[in-house]
Amino acid sequence: MNFDPRLTNRSFTSVGTRPIRPDGIDKVTGRARYGADFNMAGQLVGRVLRSPHAHAVIRGIDTAKAEALPGVKAVITAADLPDLTNGDGALYDILDNCIARKKALYDGHAVAAVAAIDARTARQALKLIEVDYEVLPHVTDVDEAFQHGAPLINEAIFTEGLEEKPVKPSNVHKRTQYGHGDIHKGFSEADFVIERSFRTEQTHQGYIEPHACVASVSSDGMAELWVCTQGPFVYRQHCAQLLGMEASKLRVTSSEIGGGFGGKTHVWAEPVALALSRKAGRPVKLVMTRDEVFRASGPTSATSIDIKIGARKDGTITAAEATLRYSCGPYAGMWAEVGAMTAFACYRLDNVRTVGFEVLVNRPKTAAYRAPSAPMAAFAVESTIDELAGKVGMDAVDFRIKNAAQEGTRASYGPVYGPIGIGPTLEAVKNHPHMQAPLKKNQGRGMACGFWFNFGGQTCVDLNIGMDGSVSLAVGTVDVGGSRASLSLVAAEELGIDYAQVKAIVADTSSLGYNDMTDGSRGTFSSSMATISAARNAIKVLRERAAQMWDIPADDVVWEKGHALAKGEKYGNLSPLSLKEIAAQSGTTGGPIAGHSELVADGAGVSFATHICDIEVDPETGATRVLRYTVVQDAGKAVHPTYVEGQYQGGAAQGIGWALNEEYIYGKDGRLQNAGFLDYRIPVCSDLPMIDTQILEIPNPNHPYGIRGVGETSIVPPLAAIANAVSNAVGVRMTHIPMSPPRILAALEASTSAQKSESIFGKHDA
Amino acid sequence: MAGVAVSTTINGDHVEYLCQPDETLLEVLRDRLGLTGAKEGCGTGDCGACSVIVDNRLVCSCLVLGAEAEGRQVETIEGMAHGDRLHPLQQKFLEHAALQCGICTPGFLIAAKDLLAKNPDPTEEEIRFGLAGNLCRCTGYDKIVRAVQDAASVMRG
Repeated sequence: MNFDPRLTNRSFTSVGTRPIRPDGIDKVTGRARYGADFNMAGQLVGRVLRSPHAHAVIRGIDTAKAEALPGVKAVITAADLPDLTNGDGALYDILDNCIARKKALYDGHAVAAVAAIDARTARQALKLIEVDYEVLPHVTDVDEAFQHGAPLINEAIFTEGLEEKPVKPSNVHKRTQYGHGDIHKGFSEADFVIERSFRTEQTHQGYIEPHACVASVSSDGMAELWVCTQGPFVYRQHCAQLLGMEASKLRVTSSEIGGGFGGKTHVWAEPVALALSRKAGRPVKLVMTRDEVFRASGPTSATSIDIKIGARKDGTITAAEATLRYSCGPYAGMWAEVGAMTAFACYRLDNVRTVGFEVLVNRPKTAAYRAPSAPMAAFAVESTIDELAGKVGMDAVDFRIKNAAQEGTRASYGPVYGPIGIGPTLEAVKNHPHMQAPLKKNQGRGMACGFWFNFGGQTCVDLNIGMDGSVSLAVGTVDVGGSRASLSLVAAEELGIDYAQVKAIVADTSSLGYNDMTDGSRGTFSSSMATISAARNAIKVLRERAAQMWDIPADDVVWEKGHALAKGEKYGNLSPLSLKEIAAQSGTTGGPIAGHSELVADGAGVSFATHICDIEVDPETGATRVLRYTVVQDAGKAVHPTYVEGQYQGGAAQGIGWALNEEYIYGKDGRLQNAGFLDYRIPVCSDLPMIDTQILEIPNPNHPYGIRGVGETSIVPPLAAIANAVSNAVGVRMTHIPMSPPRILAALEASTSAQKSESIFGKHDA
Repeated sequence: MAGVAVSTTINGDHVEYLCQPDETLLEVLRDRLGLTGAKEGCGTGDCGACSVIVDNRLVCSCLVLGAEAEGRQVETIEGMAHGDRLHPLQQKFLEHAALQCGICTPGFLIAAKDLLAKNPDPTEEEIRFGLAGNLCRCTGYDKIVRAVQDAASVMRG
C-alpha cells in the first residue's frame, strides 16, 4: 500500500523529493557550531563535583579551601540554588537532581560546582572541596528495590494508585492500570496460555555530543544560555523558574545538537552553569565529560516484566496481561505507565489488563530514550506472542495478522484507532523476500512489531518573504536529523516555489513564541502543520497585494504554482504575478509580507513498524552477529524519504545495541562500572549489516499532507525481533536483555543440561 | 607551569603556539586555535569524533599531546575542502544523507579520507572495519558506508 486514496488524491511537487539539507555544508566542513563550540569573551570554565556514593546524607560541605585557590571565581552548593519551586514536586526533583540538597541519591549526583579561569584550576578546586558524607544502604536493582525491606530512597514516598494508601513508605512511587474486558473470563476461554518473565537492563541514549552550555548572567538580571538541547523553550522555563528569573529575561539559543534521543529534554547542568555565572559575574562554559554523561544524565529504565497471553486453537487471542516494573532513578516518573500503555497497542484484544509500577532506585534519574518505555514492553510481549504462535501451530506473522489492531479497534490504552499501519506492515513483511531467504546452521530469523503514540504539541513558526522573493522560515523545534530540509520542502510545496528559495532556521527563545521540545516524533509533524498554516496566511497576503497591484478585488485572485492569477475572462490581459514580483513591490503595497502560525498540533497519528532480522550465534562464544535487517514502517507521508530511511535505520541500530550488548553495570558498592564508550559499547560500523527499509504511506487524516512522526517507532521492535531470532537459532527462549555472550552461553548450557536430565527421565514436553 | 613552544603545520599553514605539557592536541586545536571542527565525544580515544591526520597517520587528537605536533603535518576537517570546492567524500556525505546530527561527521570524513588514501577500492567489509573506530549513534552506518563507496568510486575516476 502506498497512498490511501480514501484520504487524499493529492500529488506533491517538492514533498517526497530528496534535496541536500540546508545545514549540510556546515556539517561536512566542521563549521557547524555544537554545544561546546561556542565561546564568550571572559568566559570561565565550570566543573561539577559529584558524589562517589550511591546513597549518602550530605552532612556538610566545606568550600573554603577551593574558594581560596587563585583563579577560582565561584564555588556553589545547593545553598546557591535556593528552593523556589513553591510546592511543585516535579520541579523540586529537577532542582535536587541538578545539585543534591540533603542526600546524594546516586553515584554521580552533583553536590557542588566551581567556576575558574581554566580547566586545570577548576579540577584542582574540585579536589579541595570537602564533603562530609554519611553513607547509607543503597539499592540499584529494580526487583530488589521493589521488595519490602529494601533500603528506602525517599521516606516520603507512599505508593500512589492503590485502593488504600499504604501505611509504610516504599520505593514504589505509583501503580497504574490500563485495559478493558474481563481477563479471567478470557483466560478461561484459552486453549493455550503462555506465562513468562522478562528483564531488560538499563541503557543510555549514547549521543556522541556530551551536554554542553555557555551561561551568561548579567548584573541587571538579564541572561543568555547557549546550549545543546532538544527544547530551548522548556530549558528556558525550567532554568528561569529554578533561578527565580522572568522567562523573557533569559534568552536560550539552541546550538546544533549532537544527538539527544530524549536525553536532552531535561535540564542537567544548565541551572548550575547559570548559578555559577550569576555568582562569578562572568560567562561560564560547562561541558560534561563522557564519564559524567553516563553517570549523571538520564539513561532509560531497567525493567522486570511479567506477561501472560492466552489464545484459542484457531489463533484468536482471548486475553492478555502484563505487569511492568520500571526503574525511575531516585525520583518519581511515569515510565512503567507508558510501558503499560504501549505493551499491547498492536493488538485487537477483548480482554486486556496492564499494570505498571514506578520503582525508585539509586541510579541516575531516568530520562526519555526514543519511544521511551515501549521497547522493553514490546520485547516481553512480542517474545511471548512468538512463543504462543508456536504453541497454536501458526506462523508468527500470520498469528499477528489474525490479531492485529485495525481501524476501529479500541486500543488497550483507551482510544479507538483511526486508519493505522500495523496490518499493512505485517502484510508487507509477509510478502518481503527477506522472509523467504535461506538460513544456515546456527542462524535464526525473528520478526516483531512495535508501536508508538507520536505527539503534536505547542508549535509556532514565522515565515517571512524577503523583497527578493526568498523565504525565511523560523521554526522552534530543534533540528535533530534533517527537519530544516523537510520543513523547507513543506514551505516550498505550499507556496509553489523551489526548495532552494526557502531557508529554514531554528529560532531562539526571544525570537519566536513558545514551542514544545523536539520529542515524541513531533518535529516534522507539528512544525510542518504550522508551516503549512503560516504559508497559507502568507498566500492570503500575497493575493491581497497582487489584487492591489492589479486594482481588482482580492477575491478574484487565486494562488497557483507560486503565482497569483486573476480568475475570470475579464482579466485575460493580466499576466500571472510571481511571488518574487509581488515581494519586490511589497514596500509600496503595505510593507513586509509574512505568514505566522501558532497552534497546538493535535492529531499526531499513531505509528507502527514491523522488523525482520537474521542473526547467527556462535555456539562456542555465545556471540551474536546480525546478518540481515529489514524495517517496514508507516510514515503517513515521507517528506524527505532519505531522512525517513535514516530514522528507521538509526532506531534499528540503537535497538540492536540494546538487544545484544549495551547495559549499565553496577558494582555491589552501587557505583557504575562502565561509564565510558570502551566498556559501554554501542554498535560500531563493523558490527552491523546494511539496514533495509520499506516506507509505507498510510496517510494521517489529521494532517493536511498525511504526515506522521517517524523518529521513534523504529527502536521499539528490535529487542524482540532479535530475541525471537536468537531463540529460533539456539532453540532456547531468551528472556534477559541484553543477550550478551555470557547470557547466551548460560542459556545454552541450561538448555543442554535440561535436555540431558529429560533424556535420563524419559520426559517429553507436549 | 611553563608553556611549551610548538611550531607545526596545520592544513598546510605554518602555526606556532604555546601549550601546557599535559594539554592534548584536541584542546589546542579547539581552545587555542579556534579549530572546533574536531569534536570531543569521549576524551578517551573511543569515539573517533576528534580524528585528525598527523604525518599521514589517523589519530584521535584527544590522545595526542599538543606538544607532540612539533614539526609535524596536521590535517583537520577545516582543511578538507579546497576553498568552496568540497572533497568528494564531503559531497557524497551530503548526497547520501550520511549524517543526521552531524557531530561525528568531521571524524568520519577524516577517517574515510585516511582509509581511501591507503585503500582506494575497499570492499564493504574493509570500509566497515576501517571506520570501526568512529562512533555514530544516528545513522546505523548504512548511509555512511554507501557514501564512502560512492566517493571511492568517484575518486578512482
